[in-house]
Amino acid sequence: MEHIITAKNLTKKYDDFIAVNDISFDVNKGEFFGFLGPNGAGKTTTINMLIGMAKISTGNIHYNGNDLTKNIKKAQEIIGVVADESNLYDEMSGYDNLCFCGSLYGLSKLERETKATELLKRFQLIEAANKKFKAYSKGMKRKLTIAAALIHNPQILFLDEPTTGIDVASVRQIRDMIKKLNENGTTVFLTTHYIEEAERLCDRVAFINKGQIIKIDSVENLLNETKEANIIEVVFETNSNNKDELLKKLNQKFIGIECSLKNVNTIKIVSTEKIDISPIVSFLSSENIFIIEAKLIRPTLEDAFVKMTGIEIDIMKKEKEKK
Amino acid sequence: MKSSIAFWNILSKDMRNYYLKPPNISWGIIFPFAWMLMMFIKTKTAFNIEEVFPGIVGMSILFGTTSMLSVTITFERKSRSFERLLLAPISIKLLIISKIAGAILFGIFNSIVPVLFSVLYFKATVVNWTMLTVGIVLLSIISTLLGLFISVSAKEVFEAQTYSNFFRFPMIFLCGLFIPVISLPIFIQPLSYILPVTYGVDILRFSITGSNSFSIYLDLFLVLSFCLILFWISLLNIKKKWIK
Repeated sequence: MEHIITAKNLTKKYDDFIAVNDISFDVNKGEFFGFLGPNGAGKTTTINMLIGMAKISTGNIHYNGNDLTKNIKKAQEIIGVVADESNLYDEMSGYDNLCFCGSLYGLSKLERETKATELLKRFQLIEAANKKFKAYSKGMKRKLTIAAALIHNPQILFLDEPTTGIDVASVRQIRDMIKKLNENGTTVFLTTHYIEEAERLCDRVAFINKGQIIKIDSVENLLNETKEANIIEVVFETNSNNKDELLKKLNQKFIGIECSLKNVNTIKIVSTEKIDISPIVSFLSSENIFIIEAKLIRPTLEDAFVKMTGIEIDIMKKEKEKK
Repeated sequence: MKSSIAFWNILSKDMRNYYLKPPNISWGIIFPFAWMLMMFIKTKTAFNIEEVFPGIVGMSILFGTTSMLSVTITFERKSRSFERLLLAPISIKLLIISKIAGAILFGIFNSIVPVLFSVLYFKATVVNWTMLTVGIVLLSIISTLLGLFISVSAKEVFEAQTYSNFFRFPMIFLCGLFIPVISLPIFIQPLSYILPVTYGVDILRFSITGSNSFSIYLDLFLVLSFCLILFWISLLNIKKKWIK
C-alpha cells in the first residue's frame, strides 16, 4: 500500500509541556483515516504539524515519500484543510470566497471561476452563490468551507470536527459528500469526537490520548478485538409470566449460553460460541412468550475506544460541548 | 506566476474589503483636510504652508496606514480567515508583502489630499517633486511596517489600536512633524533619532522646502534600513507567534 503521509516520531513540546509525544503513523493513498481522542489529546496539534500551522519539535513528515518536514509549504500544494470553525470572509459572497481561495493556489481566473461554480453546484449552494458569507446558515457555512478546501483539487483533505454544531440535515449531507470525495480518490484525514461518525466513514482509525497513539487499526479489526462474546437480545411483550422461572429453564435447556434479564421485557443471551437463535425462539414461543424483536448486539467503535483508552464517551462529549 | 496571482488577489481582496470602503475613503479625505483647516484657522495671520505641509502629509500617512493595517491583520487573525493565507502554498514573505501593499497604497492615497490642497489652494511650492514622491512612498512603507510590527503583537483590534496610539501620538511631537527635532529638549532628541518616521518626514521637508535636518542620503539610507529591520522582525515574529 502506498503511503501518502508518513509521520515518524513526531513530538511537539510547548516549553515543559509535551502536547504530542513521539507518535508515528502512516496514511495510505485514498484512505479515509480517522483520528479520535478527547480534548487535549493532541489531535489538533498533530494536524497542525501536518499542515504547517505548528512547528515540529522533533520527528519528520513525509508526503508521497518526500521528506517535507522543513518545507511544509510544498506539502500545502496538495492538501486542503477544513478547520474546526468556518474561516472564510464574512463580507465576501460564497462565489468570491471560493474564487479567492483558488487564487491562493495560483489558479487562473478561468480555472477558479469554473471550479467555484462546479463546487457551488456540487454542494448545493449555487442559489446562495452571490449571498455574503455572513448571511449563510451554519450548515451552509460549513459546506462552503469544505468546498473552499477543495478548490485546488487536493490529494489529501484534512477535516477537523467537520460536523460539530450544525443541523442534522447538513450533517448527513456533509458526511455523504465527504464519503463520495473519498470514493473518488481523495485521501481524507478526519478528526472527530463523534465516534459513530468515524465508525461509519473511516477505513482506519487511530486512538490518541495524552499525546500518544494508543492504537491504530482498521475499524473492522478494532471491533473484532473488542468483541468478547456473542450477544443476542430478545425483546418480548411483558405479561404475567414468571421471568425468573423462564430464565432458569432457558439456562438449563441451552447449554453454553448464559441468559439474564436486561430489563422488564428484554432477555440478554451471552455465549462464547455463535448462537443459533431459532431453537431459542421456538422454545420461548412454546412457553407462550410473544417475541417482538431478537437482535444481534455488535460491539461498536465506541466500545473499542472505551476499552482501549479507558475514557468514558460522555465525558469526551461534554468536554467538547463545553469548548 | 502562481505567486503573482496570489499577490494580486490578496491585495485586491483587501482593497475591496477594507480600503475602498466609504468610511475609509472619507477618513483619507477628512482627516488631512481637518488638520489643514485647523492649521489654517490657527495660523491664518502668518500662515506658512511649507512649514506645516510635511507634517500634515506625514501624519496623514502615519495614522492612515497604522489604523488600517491593525484592522486588516488583527481582524483577520481574530476571525481566523488569516489561517487560510498561512495555509496557502505561498511564502510568508510574499504573504506579508501582499498584506502590507494595500496599506502602503492607502498611505499614498492619504497623502494626496494634503498635497493637492496645499499646492492647488495654498499655492505651496514643491522644490523637488521626485523626492516628494519618494518621501511619500517611503514614509508609507515605514509607517505600514510600524503598523505591522504592532499588529503582530496584538490579539484584538482594540489592542492593536491602543498600541498604535501609544506609538503614533508621541511621534507627532518626536519625529519633527510640526516641531523641528532640533527644537526639542536635548534629552528627548535621542528618542527622535531612533524613530524611523523622523527621517521620512525629513525627506518630505527637503522635497518641499529644500532644507532639512540631516543629509538626504542619510535619510534615505536610514529609512530603507529601518524598513528592512522592521520587515525582518515582523517576519520572525509572525513565524514565532502565529506558527507555534
